Amino acid sequence: MRLEPRTERSLAVTAIAPVAALAVSLGVSALLVLAWGGIDLGKAVQALINGSLGSPFALAETLTRATPLIFTGLAAAVAFRAKFWNIGAEGQLYAGAMITIALGTGAVALPSYLLISVLVLASAAAGALLLLGPALLKARFGVDEVVTTLLLNFIVILFVGMMLEGPLKDPMGLGWPQSEPVTGEAELPKLWKGLRLHAGFLIACGLAVAIWIMGRFSVLGFEIRALGHNLRAARFAGVPVTATVVKLALISGGVAGIAGFSEVAGLKGNLTQDLSPGFGYTGIVVAMLAYLHPLGVILAGIFVAGIFVGADAMSRTVGVSNYIADVMVATSLLCMLVAMFFSRYRIRRG
Amino acid sequence: MEFIEPLLMGTFWAATVRIATPLILGTLGELVCERAGVLNLGIEGIMTLGAVIGWVTVYLGGDLWLGVLMAALFGAMAGLVHGVFTVQLGLSQHVSGIGLTLLATSVSYYFYRLLLPGVSSPPTIEAFAEYPIPGLSAIPLVGPALFNQTPMTYLAFILTGLVAFILYKTPLGLAVRTVGENPAAVEAQGLSVSGLRMGAVAFGSAIMAIGGAFLTMSTFNAFFFNMVNGRGWICIALVVFGSWRPGKVVLGAIIFAGIDAYQLRLQQFLPDIPYQIFLMSPYVISILALIVMSRRAEYPKALMVPYRKGER
Repeated sequence: MRLEPRTERSLAVTAIAPVAALAVSLGVSALLVLAWGGIDLGKAVQALINGSLGSPFALAETLTRATPLIFTGLAAAVAFRAKFWNIGAEGQLYAGAMITIALGTGAVALPSYLLISVLVLASAAAGALLLLGPALLKARFGVDEVVTTLLLNFIVILFVGMMLEGPLKDPMGLGWPQSEPVTGEAELPKLWKGLRLHAGFLIACGLAVAIWIMGRFSVLGFEIRALGHNLRAARFAGVPVTATVVKLALISGGVAGIAGFSEVAGLKGNLTQDLSPGFGYTGIVVAMLAYLHPLGVILAGIFVAGIFVGADAMSRTVGVSNYIADVMVATSLLCMLVAMFFSRYRIRRG
Repeated sequence: MEFIEPLLMGTFWAATVRIATPLILGTLGELVCERAGVLNLGIEGIMTLGAVIGWVTVYLGGDLWLGVLMAALFGAMAGLVHGVFTVQLGLSQHVSGIGLTLLATSVSYYFYRLLLPGVSSPPTIEAFAEYPIPGLSAIPLVGPALFNQTPMTYLAFILTGLVAFILYKTPLGLAVRTVGENPAAVEAQGLSVSGLRMGAVAFGSAIMAIGGAFLTMSTFNAFFFNMVNGRGWICIALVVFGSWRPGKVVLGAIIFAGIDAYQLRLQQFLPDIPYQIFLMSPYVISILALIVMSRRAEYPKALMVPYRKGER
């Protein structure tokens, strides 16, 4: 047996691959649920589906959870296209959230639509600035961006803790490490009365479309793809490597920063140290499930959010630990990797 | 003067080596993988897996050394998963590694909850105790630092020697080093590139897992969520810092741990500075070390380059 590159990409295999990957990962997760013991698998699956899709309320919860994942998924997709491994979306998200609190709790008085625009730009700038360091270090000195972005996550989260016990502490917070809530003008409107789904979802989808258009029709999009395909060839062809890495880092970090704004101004209202349960890391899975395609990120984000929201419901109904959601998401990433491989290679006998 | 005082105390140096031990093991494991040409970002998850497996084995009545062995075994299995993805299929080592970290971490947490649903305060085990080496442990400073540790720390030093010996003094080591530099040359010798790489990744991952197990079986006697807390990522920086050499890597881990132990003591002298500043210091130092060393780092030439027979 040997592996042979496919001469042409088959659309059928490309489309079936993610489905097969998901089927395998669901199978693995089902085994783990059964290992919990005393659980009716049918009831568990029903709880999962009902909890994520079964009612308008459940669907809205899924889309609400998908919102930060679309942002962080886009952040990963843009960067990974150029083989720039930004694993720091978690920190960039918190940077965006911090600047949202700093400006949105009364420091800047503007009409709502203007204030929200300012906050979007500010949070994007904060996330982008945080990634600028690793990007420059990578482009100028060849410092591995995986380690720098990962370690920055820990530094930023500690910094958030420091701010929440210092300058950003809510004086009315009864000593809890939390910030003041943002003012009414800074809040993102809800999309539907009585549901938590907010305008951040629309911003995320809009960004996905914008990034898709940029990737497809702009010179920068071409340069980013060229970097990902072959660095030396790109340099030879006259692609300005450093400038391109910096630009794509600004986009990637910026998108992740807006995730922080969206979570604070759309959902939570204030900043705490547990604003993100690893949205930055899950975004990587979302991006991979979407083949790094910006529009696919929307679908993948909703899918992964559905797993998390559904698993919470399953956890409440049948008592299985909701860490099962993390297992499902991780296995679907690994299965997806294999599936992507078989969309590019085939097994030949002999 | 009071700032220098801790440096003159045996307890400080003992703490330094204790903090260094999981880093030594993790870094050593990562070094073995990278020397063979495979970046293993699964390290953070594999250390978590080792921490849970080692602890659970003892909790269920197993012997402490059986716990270490089980941790190593599960670590090796996780390493083989990474190996299949990156060596056999030649997939992105970055994405596969991150995926493995997510998987190993979540499976570990799920497994822990499976075993102990709804326990609020983590149950404890009888962990490894310090084992003073007669005579040597009485030497001032050096004694408490190196010869009054738990057996797992001694194991870490033994493994360092073993890895250095294998890498530099045996044909196997030569083959592993070559496979990370020039796999085609190894192939030309009639050796299996994928076999060597799979073996190195499995062996390296086993050592990482022991590093994780140290946390639950020597430092603490219980398992906490998020207890690995970025140590795996720090190990990856330390490998670069130690320029892929076992001796330098251990030295790097000890220097790093010394700074970490010192900042813990410094916190008491400087209560006005927010404690988070001190907690940040290990991560900041890792980044700085990486920047300084990266400029003249000589990566194994075939690191992150998948090898397929007959393909150039």
